[in-house]
Amino acid sequence: MSSFDDVRDLYQDVILDRARNPRHMHILDPFDAAARGDNPMCGDQVEVRIRRTPDARVAEAAFQARGCAISLASADLMAEAVRGLPDADIRALASDFRDMARTGATHSATPAIEMLRPLSGVCEYPSRVKCATLPWAALIAALDGAQEAQHE
Amino acid sequence: MNAETKIRPPFDAARERAPFDVARIREDFPILSQMVHGKQLVFLDSAASAQKPRAVIAAMTSAMETQYANVHRGLHWMSERTSDAYEGVRDKVAALINAPSRAEIVFTRNTTESINLVAHSYGRGILKPGQAVLITAMEHHANIVPWQMLRDAHGVELRVAPITDAGELDMEGFAKCLEDGRVGLVAVTHMSNVLGTYLPIQRIAALTHAAGAQLLVDGSQAVVHRAVDVQALGADFYVFTGHKLYGPTGIGVLWARRALLDAMPPFMGGGDMIGSVSFERSTWAEVPHKFEAGTPAILEAIGLGAAIDYVNAVGMDAISAHESALTDHAIAKLSEIDGLTIIGRAQDRGGVISFTMDGAHAHDVATLLDRNGIAVRAGQHCAEPLMRRLGLSSTARASFGIYTTPEEIDFLAATLVRVRSFFQ
Repeated sequence: MSSFDDVRDLYQDVILDRARNPRHMHILDPFDAAARGDNPMCGDQVEVRIRRTPDARVAEAAFQARGCAISLASADLMAEAVRGLPDADIRALASDFRDMARTGATHSATPAIEMLRPLSGVCEYPSRVKCATLPWAALIAALDGAQEAQHE
Repeated sequence: MNAETKIRPPFDAARERAPFDVARIREDFPILSQMVHGKQLVFLDSAASAQKPRAVIAAMTSAMETQYANVHRGLHWMSERTSDAYEGVRDKVAALINAPSRAEIVFTRNTTESINLVAHSYGRGILKPGQAVLITAMEHHANIVPWQMLRDAHGVELRVAPITDAGELDMEGFAKCLEDGRVGLVAVTHMSNVLGTYLPIQRIAALTHAAGAQLLVDGSQAVVHRAVDVQALGADFYVFTGHKLYGPTGIGVLWARRALLDAMPPFMGGGDMIGSVSFERSTWAEVPHKFEAGTPAILEAIGLGAAIDYVNAVGMDAISAHESALTDHAIAKLSEIDGLTIIGRAQDRGGVISFTMDGAHAHDVATLLDRNGIAVRAGQHCAEPLMRRLGLSSTARASFGIYTTPEEIDFLAATLVRVRSFFQ
């Protein structure tokens, strides 16, 4: 059986592992902010919840989702990458991640973006970019105090 | 053979054609020799839009290169030739669906526009507030949203007839929706774009008419796979689109009984749809022109005409038999795959198969298939309420056409086995 070598740039081991066994897919309660993201074209749904530290950083992020391997892995890595960061850093990270998903390249080399780099392969699959960015849209909506992510 | 399929005499011209030869048919579709990601294209997404035979491409190109002008306007050779070609397609469409008159064929942009035309014109002009429109739980968004807009603008009720777990219309539930006599229009798909289910249109028509309502049938999928006879079906409106029937995009059809079209007010105003115009008032042209405001999709109509000629030359019954065999083959092959579930088990079904796979989301399945050259659709298929009814968020869908081969289905099945182990 072939191992689909040509899709390994997208489905790296870390992606498959995170999709099969997500570490942060659970109901976070209590929480300080939450927002949903929906992709009506494909039926993917994600809800992201965050809890704050006393100095307004993200203490913990978790998600509930119905979606593909890319969206689950993206949400799971995101929840890990934003832990302990202030909002401004998260917004910058989200912007860098969005550009990476579209072009494969990043503007920075922070530990957080390095953690997300296994998702850079999605840039070769234009129809799948939204799968990777949907959890981020939900997270930013939660930071904004909105209940639902804006459609991109 | 289905009761609703046209029965042809045993020795008509169709029988004298060469037997159905899929290899020869494939030669007529230039795109099928394309490579995708370095692999031979296996196009299993015809239900979304079908590929085009050379005859269609040539007809449109030739019209542009040799006789193009606007229709119904010029007193010159080019315009007369183009008008003849455009109007000739109306006859071809009428014959394709056995419409009683060419004047009952209205050209639109696609099925969606045809349904919107009926929702605006018949819905606002003929239906009364307090009446109801009845659809089914397996409709495409195109046969849901226009009726919701009508409901909100005009005060008609929108009812939804239930379906069974097998993906068939619940006929008892359907009849119940008609009981109070308030339904003025029933709008149903002829063949589900998700489940492949054919609806029993003749029975639906009998119940609809007994309840004093009119019947609109969305033939987007069915007209591609089966001989359609709108009179035998008992439909009052029949709508479909050209691009799924191997024709170009931008051309669709509304057929309705003449008495309905005559009673309906125009949908859009402009040139070509008028009798005379003054600043005080205008009068309308006769049907079908009353519903064709502005310069129509001339080249696209000519392309549709070529597509109908092509399908007729192959023979709709032969196409139907070919696809029916493919569907049986695909169901057998896919059913063997561990962890794969085919959605819908209708008795009467066509070449559209939706499925899910344990441990693999439809998008991931579609991406892996794509990398092997196989094009399928994944998602909600413009039928979100149906997906909710089935308890699904998305499915992958393989759909077949005139050019699909059993070998392609075998390759799909073999690749799906590999996809399954990839995600395990």
